[in-house]
Amino acid sequence: MHTTQQNKIKATETNTAMGPNETFEYAPSIESTDIVKIAPKNKLFINGKFIEPTSGKYFPTINPATEEKISEIADANAADVDKAVKAARKAYTNVWSKLSGKERGRYLFRIARIIQERAREFAVLETLDNGKPIRESRDIDIPLVAAHFFYYAGWADKLHYAVPGSGLKQPKPLGVVAQIIPWNFPLLMAAWKIAPALACGNTVVLKPAESTSLSCLLLAEVLQEAGLPDGVVNIVTGAGETGAALVSHPDINKIAFTGSTDVGRLILKSVANTDKKLTLELGGKSAHIIYEDAAIDQAVEGVINGIYFNQGHVCCAGSRLLLEESIADTFVDKLKLRMEKLRVGNPLDKNTDIGAINSAEEHQKIKRLIDTGKTEGGEYYEPSSLTLPAKGYFHKPCFFNKVSSAFTLSRVEVFGPVLAISTFRTTQEAIMKANDTPYGLAAGVWSEKGSKIHKTAQGLKAGVIWANTFNKFDPTSPFGGYFESGFGREGGRHGLLPYLEV
Amino acid sequence: MRTISIQRENGSSVAILAVPVDEVGAHERADFFTKRSIKKDSKLTALYMALSMCDLTTLEGSDTPGRIQQMCAKARYPVPPDLIAPYLLKKNLRPIPSVAAVCVYPSMVPVAVKALAGSGIGIASVATAFPSGQAPLEVKIEDTRFAVEKGATEIDMVINRGAFLSGRYQEVFDEIVEIKRACSSAGNEAHLKVILETGELGSFDRVRLASDIAIEAGADFIKTSTGKITPAATLPVTLIMLQAIADHYKRTGKKVGMKPAGGIRTSKQAIHYLCMVKETLGADWLTPGLFRFGASALVNDLLKQIYKELTGQYYYDKVFSLD
Repeated sequence: MHTTQQNKIKATETNTAMGPNETFEYAPSIESTDIVKIAPKNKLFINGKFIEPTSGKYFPTINPATEEKISEIADANAADVDKAVKAARKAYTNVWSKLSGKERGRYLFRIARIIQERAREFAVLETLDNGKPIRESRDIDIPLVAAHFFYYAGWADKLHYAVPGSGLKQPKPLGVVAQIIPWNFPLLMAAWKIAPALACGNTVVLKPAESTSLSCLLLAEVLQEAGLPDGVVNIVTGAGETGAALVSHPDINKIAFTGSTDVGRLILKSVANTDKKLTLELGGKSAHIIYEDAAIDQAVEGVINGIYFNQGHVCCAGSRLLLEESIADTFVDKLKLRMEKLRVGNPLDKNTDIGAINSAEEHQKIKRLIDTGKTEGGEYYEPSSLTLPAKGYFHKPCFFNKVSSAFTLSRVEVFGPVLAISTFRTTQEAIMKANDTPYGLAAGVWSEKGSKIHKTAQGLKAGVIWANTFNKFDPTSPFGGYFESGFGREGGRHGLLPYLEV
Repeated sequence: MRTISIQRENGSSVAILAVPVDEVGAHERADFFTKRSIKKDSKLTALYMALSMCDLTTLEGSDTPGRIQQMCAKARYPVPPDLIAPYLLKKNLRPIPSVAAVCVYPSMVPVAVKALAGSGIGIASVATAFPSGQAPLEVKIEDTRFAVEKGATEIDMVINRGAFLSGRYQEVFDEIVEIKRACSSAGNEAHLKVILETGELGSFDRVRLASDIAIEAGADFIKTSTGKITPAATLPVTLIMLQAIADHYKRTGKKVGMKPAGGIRTSKQAIHYLCMVKETLGADWLTPGLFRFGASALVNDLLKQIYKELTGQYYYDKVFSLD
């Protein structure tokens, strides 16, 4: 009997198991959320304690993958902001500015280690609140968060080496720093801001984006666990009004903002006639240049990673693809094939490549810009094989081929999984087209010819230029933009300078 | 970009593009597949699939007819049917598949043919002065013919690495063409797998070029390694070869198979390969007709994991026969 069965298998020539999964579709592999405990109401973190907002008001925070409310977040008003700034000032004057660099570094090292220990908890929470795939929060966001704290912990007692000409004298901190961060990398942006500020001896009032406060509030718990002195870091949650109250507070010495160019403009105006220092990290419309002599298969991966990483919610996303004409068709064909394999869906599924758009508003904005794109022209493409979950703010990865530099999609930041493709013929034209934007955050160049990469990079006006890769982040490497992408650098030695009196 | 011009026997010439590969990017992409999380039904499917794709191999100087017979028995029934039948019944699963083929030296082909009669299991033979390939072409052709005439259904040849590394691509190409011809002998028609021995080629650019030459010369399968040197098969090297296959398919509509061989010992590794094939070439390639594992230790690990999936617990290792 057994032999007959064996023969039957051979006859069908598909030696797969019976059952629902004959074609090797990936079964759902969902990360458990048991590890996170989310309070129904999340208070403000001021002077080392979690306190009620003065107004008693809370607003909901939504899981973008399910559209369900996760929890409620305290809405900080001007009075709360004032409390936070006062706590930060007191902590600066009495404690933090008196500690040696070595002591400050010790706290930062401790914070970094606790983040590593609680990495899975942070990753799950970030994915729940933000909508990004667990693979990215687990393998990219949270490890980078710990790396940033470790890196700046190391600088805390070596600041005189960071500032040329300071000799053995420690450069001075600025005082109280207001930091406002976006929702695309909630905890990572907090780390980018807090770690160098504390290493340099400043105290902090941080405002996370209103749609993604939870991981920053968990960070507050970590700061308590690390025994960081009260008031050194304060976290005020809320929307635009909270941010406005913070930037206009008279007793802050510096503002560090990451977010949209429009809000950046408002902040820039608001600091006029004050002595507040300012750094802005704003939008981008980064160009990705592919020469015909590039390693095409790897370049396709680079483009995928450049624009579809984190649902395209990346300020330096490679949202404009410039292809050398001779390879344009081949490249676009390969890109399409690759996009068919992207997995869009439940962000908690370990096999998901593209998660949920962070909010209904952002989702609407992306759809609106795509509609505009369709009226202007260009060839629209989205993978036909992908299906989106019925609920949640999901969007298919897509591109417009053959767009003109005059089109909306070549000029306006979408902040979503939308790529604009055009072609060029010469290096000069590639550089000209790449620079034809009000932004200047990042760019990518792909060629197997070193001299061509150098020549192109010299012509590009962008803060970060990647060669034969894209979207690579490291705490040792400075990041920041030109023009409407802002000013000031974060990361590396350069990232210390905006937090020091030099 | 550099192209290699190759003359065909009929006088026509073919230009093979030397496609550049970014090694860093290739490693990064290959690593990605190790992050795939394959659970439950999909894991069991993958384990069955991988088992049915194994070329159970022994290529030792010490091989004897007795050893080959033992291995062939294992190839037919990797696990004694009675041991596992009740669990299969409970889950309504078909029997544990036999492996795709056994892989032996030419002298052992007659033994394998006899041992596997009626099973439908393929008989692969290495040929062409395996593993070094350092013999005159006539000898390689004769080696191949012998194996095919004795009943080998698949020939695993090695490319002439000496010729390849000194830039004599025409010679490499011609040899493959000759061996392909020798695969049709005495009314038998054997499939040709071309071993690039990627561990000796020195760069991914060359792996890609060797793949393209082999495919252009008529390989039915391209294969990473002999298993006699390290590194043997790796995910990134296999990825480069899969991409060559993908490009050829796009150009001509012809499907060439892939066989990573050597160094794949665990089910986990095997599943990474299957994910890579699925996401690089598509599900069409997930069949023993187009994808094989050259391995021996892998079979028992697959059985161990299948048993675990069926029963929820590991059996101690000794339950599965070594050969």
